[in-house]
Amino acid sequence: MSRIETAFFEIGSLDTLAGGDTFVHRLDPRAKVVTTLIFICCVVSFQKYQLSALLPFFIFPAVLLTTAQLPVGFLLKKLLFVAPFAFFIGVFNPFFDQTILFHVGPVGISGGWVSFASIMLRFCLTISMALILIATTSFNGVCMALEKIGAPRVFTVQLLLLHRYLFVLVGEASRLVKARALRSFNGRGTGMTVFGHIVGQLLLRTLDRAQRIHLAMQCRGFTGEIHQMRLFRFGWHEFFFTLAWSAVFLILRFYNLSQLLGGFLLEFAQ
Amino acid sequence: MSHHIVAVKDLEYTYPDGTPAIQGVSFRITHGESVAIVGANGAGKSTLLMHLNGYLTPREGSVQVGDFPLTKATVSDVRRSVGMVFQDPDDQLFMPTVFDDVAFGPLNLGLPAEDVKVRVSDALSRMDVLHLKDRPPYKLSGGEKRAVAIAAVLSMSPDVLVMDEPTTGLDPRARRQLIAQLDSFQHTKIIATHDLDLVLDLCQRTIVIHAGKVMADGPTLEIFNDGKLLERCHLEKPLRLQGCPVCGRD
Repeated sequence: MSRIETAFFEIGSLDTLAGGDTFVHRLDPRAKVVTTLIFICCVVSFQKYQLSALLPFFIFPAVLLTTAQLPVGFLLKKLLFVAPFAFFIGVFNPFFDQTILFHVGPVGISGGWVSFASIMLRFCLTISMALILIATTSFNGVCMALEKIGAPRVFTVQLLLLHRYLFVLVGEASRLVKARALRSFNGRGTGMTVFGHIVGQLLLRTLDRAQRIHLAMQCRGFTGEIHQMRLFRFGWHEFFFTLAWSAVFLILRFYNLSQLLGGFLLEFAQ
Repeated sequence: MSHHIVAVKDLEYTYPDGTPAIQGVSFRITHGESVAIVGANGAGKSTLLMHLNGYLTPREGSVQVGDFPLTKATVSDVRRSVGMVFQDPDDQLFMPTVFDDVAFGPLNLGLPAEDVKVRVSDALSRMDVLHLKDRPPYKLSGGEKRAVAIAAVLSMSPDVLVMDEPTTGLDPRARRQLIAQLDSFQHTKIIATHDLDLVLDLCQRTIVIHAGKVMADGPTLEIFNDGKLLERCHLEKPLRLQGCPVCGRD
């Protein structure tokens, strides 16, 4: 449990990073959200065997990481933390898809391995961008930007509250688990039945709390809309940031830069 | 300003499962009064408070807050004039930052942004927590959370403050500070609590509730000196009124 707790405290530190003051931090959240969305769309729209064309896309996270002065090691750790999900999505590809696509020396590389690598690459690109987005904008900023762009209000309010109460929920769950650990001996008391009870308890407590929170919101005039005071300004900086990067992504999407560069180098060598 | 009254008359409430929670409670609290509602666990204090902010509307009897009798139609007016501070600040602080949370109510009232800013900083400085305004609530200490929760209610400039166990979970110093702050407020205060020493400091009047009924309603000192009444209602004299356990002196 302590590991889960630490992981959650680190989610909080992602928000702390968002308190920085660099060019990227200062940009209007909408610009960052839109640019990231275009980036993700471009990355996932490649066909499944694509590898080389994906590589140039790393320029975007790399540029943001340096200009926003984010700790690379910290974000890499976060990336590794969720990596198993992507790994298990792609890990069976090499077994099902054994058509040899190309040879590296004497070793034939099957389509399964290529698509697996492609999944991992896309995972690295998209998740690292999501992390960078939150680390430069804060979760709250992303939610507000989504609402301003036109995402349904129910959705953004849910996201905001989810983020706020994640910490309370984890605290509550860890207290339950600790209480169980303190009174379980020799493996007795840690079985599935007790686990079921704990999950049930947690659900009931959550429902109770949800009711109290709703009451607290109603007491202060909540009618379904969360008003926040933030001055958003979509100026020239934002306009150029979004336009320039989107253009880069589209070019990288339709022209395989790695191949062009490779071809150019080969020609030059000859 | 005599219209900031809270009048409860013959209020009855039974839980959906048939357990009677409140059985014929009546009292009238006038402007500027500071009243404690004390009673054992399960005496009906929380259910009573739920009626004061319109979460429960009376089925039998009536509740009047200011000029409005509490009905489904007047709930929002009642909530505007009654500020409710919850027992667990985590239930009350749901916004991403302290500032947003304190601004939540005033923004819902439709106030212009400039006014909201002024109200938020006023409320926060009144509770001495202005320096926390950009912090996320989940990172605050218990005492800070409590102070922010009260500021969040103050920013709506309510006429009546209703508080459920305001001092639970506070260290002695934070408790002392909170008592001093509450004492400086001019609002009508209704405080449900087990902390009878706090009642001695803050409330001139006490209402004792037991098994859903008002057992006593009068000056605090008079009630706390009635040992038999307190015992009947599962209560005890505040520590300050008890004899000294070391020297045995009263």
